[in-house]
Amino acid sequence: MFKVIERLLGDKIATEKISLTGSERFRGKINGSCPENLREECAKVCPVGAFKVTADAQGYAVDYKKCLFCGKCVEKAMGNLQHSSDEALPVITEDAAEVTAEVIKQKLGRSLHVRHLDAGSCNACDFEMGAMSNPIYDLHRYGVHVDASPRHADLLMVTGVVTRNLEQALKMSYEAMPEPRLVMACGACAAGGETYGASYAIVGAADKVVPVDIYIPGCPPRPSAMIAGLLAAADMLAERM
Amino acid sequence: MADWSLKVVKPENFRGTANILSNGGNNPLTAMFGRDETENPEVKGYAIYAVFENLSEHKMEAVKAVFGEGESLCYESLTSVIPAAVWYEREIQDMFGIVPQGHPDPRPLVLHDTFPEGFYPLRKNVAKDVEVRGNRRMDMSVAKGEGVYEVPVGPIHAGIIEPGHFRFSQAGESMLQLDARLFYTHRGLEKIMEGKTPEEALPIVERICGACSIANTWSFCQAVEKIAGVKIPRRAEIIRTLLMEIERITNHVGDLGNIPAGVGFNPAISLGGRTKEMLMRLQERIAGNRFLRGVIVPGGVHQDIDSALINDIADIMDKVKTNVSDLSEMFAQQANFQNRVRTTGIVRKNTAVDLAMVGVGARASGFAHDSRKDFAYGLYPELDFELVTEKTGDVAARLALRIAELTESFGLVEQLCNLLKADKSNDPSNLTSQIDWSNVSGEDWGLSESARGSNFQFVALQDGKIDRIFVRSASYPNWPALTIAVQGDIIPDFPLINKSFELCYACIDR
Ligand code: SF4
Ligand code: SF4
Repeated sequence: MFKVIERLLGDKIATEKISLTGSERFRGKINGSCPENLREECAKVCPVGAFKVTADAQGYAVDYKKCLFCGKCVEKAMGNLQHSSDEALPVITEDAAEVTAEVIKQKLGRSLHVRHLDAGSCNACDFEMGAMSNPIYDLHRYGVHVDASPRHADLLMVTGVVTRNLEQALKMSYEAMPEPRLVMACGACAAGGETYGASYAIVGAADKVVPVDIYIPGCPPRPSAMIAGLLAAADMLAERM
Repeated sequence: MADWSLKVVKPENFRGTANILSNGGNNPLTAMFGRDETENPEVKGYAIYAVFENLSEHKMEAVKAVFGEGESLCYESLTSVIPAAVWYEREIQDMFGIVPQGHPDPRPLVLHDTFPEGFYPLRKNVAKDVEVRGNRRMDMSVAKGEGVYEVPVGPIHAGIIEPGHFRFSQAGESMLQLDARLFYTHRGLEKIMEGKTPEEALPIVERICGACSIANTWSFCQAVEKIAGVKIPRRAEIIRTLLMEIERITNHVGDLGNIPAGVGFNPAISLGGRTKEMLMRLQERIAGNRFLRGVIVPGGVHQDIDSALINDIADIMDKVKTNVSDLSEMFAQQANFQNRVRTTGIVRKNTAVDLAMVGVGARASGFAHDSRKDFAYGLYPELDFELVTEKTGDVAARLALRIAELTESFGLVEQLCNLLKADKSNDPSNLTSQIDWSNVSGEDWGLSESARGSNFQFVALQDGKIDRIFVRSASYPNWPALTIAVQGDIIPDFPLINKSFELCYACIDR
C-alpha cells in the first residue's frame, strides 16, 4: 500500500497539451519541390502509390490517406524533399468540410462516444488508440469516451484494412449505431487501404464497406493526431444533431 | 546450403522422420508449413516442412515431404504424437489442401465462412487478388452436459483490442472449455509478398505486427542475408540487438501497465502507461516513428545511433528503471492483487514443452526456451545476461518473469550502448552491406526473440524474388496454451489471464 500512496502523492500531473509536432527525426508531412527528373523515380519507389506526379509547380502530390510516411520518396529526391516534423492533418469528407471552422469555437459541453473496431490492423493503430487514454494524453478531459458497444456510440473508429473475415462485423457494428453517427478511418490502412496491396483476404479501405466521414493519416497516426481528429469529429456531430 | 540439416522424404515417411527429430518431445517443433513447388521442374509438386530445434546441439533440423505430380495430397497427421503440430496442420490444410489424416480437430482455421470449400489460396495457380465467395462450415467446439452453457464473446470486444471470437463452455462460474476462433485479421500477407524483392517486401514485413516490428524484420533479414551469403557490418549488428532489447523493454513495460487493467488496479495502470509513453517517444527519436520501423533493412541498418541518442537512451532507461521497481513494489505490497494473480491461469511445464511454447509463456512455466541463448545471432553470444525462469506457470509467474527480464534487458542496453560508444566505425556507408538480389536463389530461416518469444521466418528466394515466405510469430505456439490455462478458472479471470500472455492476433493471423 505504501508505494501506491507514495507515488500518488509524489507524482505531478503528467497530462500534456496536444502537440502535432514530432521529434527531430519524425517523418511527418512532405515538403519541398521535386525536380522533374526525379518525380517519376519518387513515384516508383512509393510502396503504396501515394506519391503522384502532377502538372503543377510542385510537380507532385501526396495522398496522405495512403501514405505510410516511410521516407522512400524523400530519399529518392536527394535533398529536394523533406519530411517536416508536423503531422498531416485529418482529411474530412466534402459534405462535412464546412462544419469544422465555425463550430470549433463552441468546445464546451460536448461529448463524443467512440467505439473502436479493428477491421484488420497490424495492431500499432490499436496500441496508439489505447495510448490516448494514458495520463499524458488523457482523452477524457475532452469529453471523449470509449464505449463497450456500438449501440452506445456516436462514432465508429475503424483501424486496419477491412479483411474478408471482418467485413460482416464492420457492417453489423455500423448498423447497430444510433443516428446521427460518424465513421472515422484511422490510419493509412483504414483510410487508404493500400498498405499491403490487394489480396484474396482483403476488402480494402473502410469506405468500401461503410460511409466514412473523417480520415486520419499516419501509419500509425500518433495519439495526438487521433485526438485532433476526434475533436473535429465532435464538432461535426454537434452540427448534425 | 541452408542453415539446417534437411531430410527430404516421401509423404508416408514424414511422420516417422518428424517423430525421430522431435526426440521424444525434447526438441520443440518450431514450425510447420506448406509450399507449392509445382512450377519447379525438379519437384513438380507440393511440399510440407516440419522444423525442430535441437536444443542441445543448438541447431535446426528439418524434414520435408514432397508430394510429386499427381500423388494424393494426404499424409498421416503428426498431432497425436507431436501435439504442437495441431494448428500448423490445420493451417496447411486450409492454405494448400494437404490433408493431415487422423487429425483430431480438422476444422478450418484461417479462412472463415465467406470462403468456399476447396479454395487453397497459397497454391500458385490462385491469383493473389482473386475474389471468391462461398459458404464454408465453421463450427465452434463446445462442451455439452447438463447445466453446461455457452458464452460467446467477440470478435468485437469491449476494450480497444484486436478481434477474436471466444466460446466459453461454462459450468456455473467455471470455464470448462474455451475455443478461440482467430485469424479475423488474416490479410493474406504471405501470398502478397510472393514475387516481391526483399526490399519491396520490407514495408509489409514491418507491418505484420506493430508490437514486434524489430523482431519480425530481424528474422526476415537474417533469412534473406543467409541466402545471399552476406555478413552485415558489426555496428549494424550492435544497433539491431540494441533495438531488439528496447522493443522488449517497451512491450514488457506496456504489459506491466496492462495486466493490472485485468483487475482494475488503477495506480499501476497509470504508472505503466506513463512509462510506456516515455519509451514510445524514445523510439520516435531513434527511428522517426513510434514503432521502430524503417531502421532494420536487408544488409544492415538504415540509421545510425549517434552519441546524442545514446545519452537519450541512457537517460530514459534510468527513469524507466525507477518506475519499474516502483511498479514491482506496488504489486508485491497489494495483497488483494496478489490474491488475484496467484494460482490463476496455470500452464504446467509439461504442457509448455508439449506445445513447444516460446518466450514468456514458456519460461514462466519453467521451460528454459529462449532463442537468444539457443542460437547465436546478433551480439547475444558476446553479452552477459541470465536466462530467467519461474516455476508456477500462473499469472503471477508471468508478471514476475517480465520484471526479472526487464532487469536483464536494462543490463543488455547498457552493454550495447557502451559497445556502440567504443565502436569507431560510425561512418554511414558502413551500416549496410550492399546486396545485388538479381541472381540470389535459395531458402533459409531467421529467428529472433521478440518480447513474446521467438519469431521464426522461412524465406525461399528465386532470382531475388520471394517464392515462399512463412511467418511464425511467438504468439502462434502460445495461443493453444491459453485455452488450456483458463480451464477451471472463473470467467472474470479471463481478461487477466489473457493479458498475462499478451498474445498478438495480427501476427498469427497475417
Ligand atoms: S513517405 Fe509516403 S509518399 Fe513517400 S514513399 Fe513513403 S508512402 Fe509513398
Ligand atoms: S495504418 Fe499502419 S499502423 Fe495502422 S494498422 Fe495499418 S499498417 Fe498498422
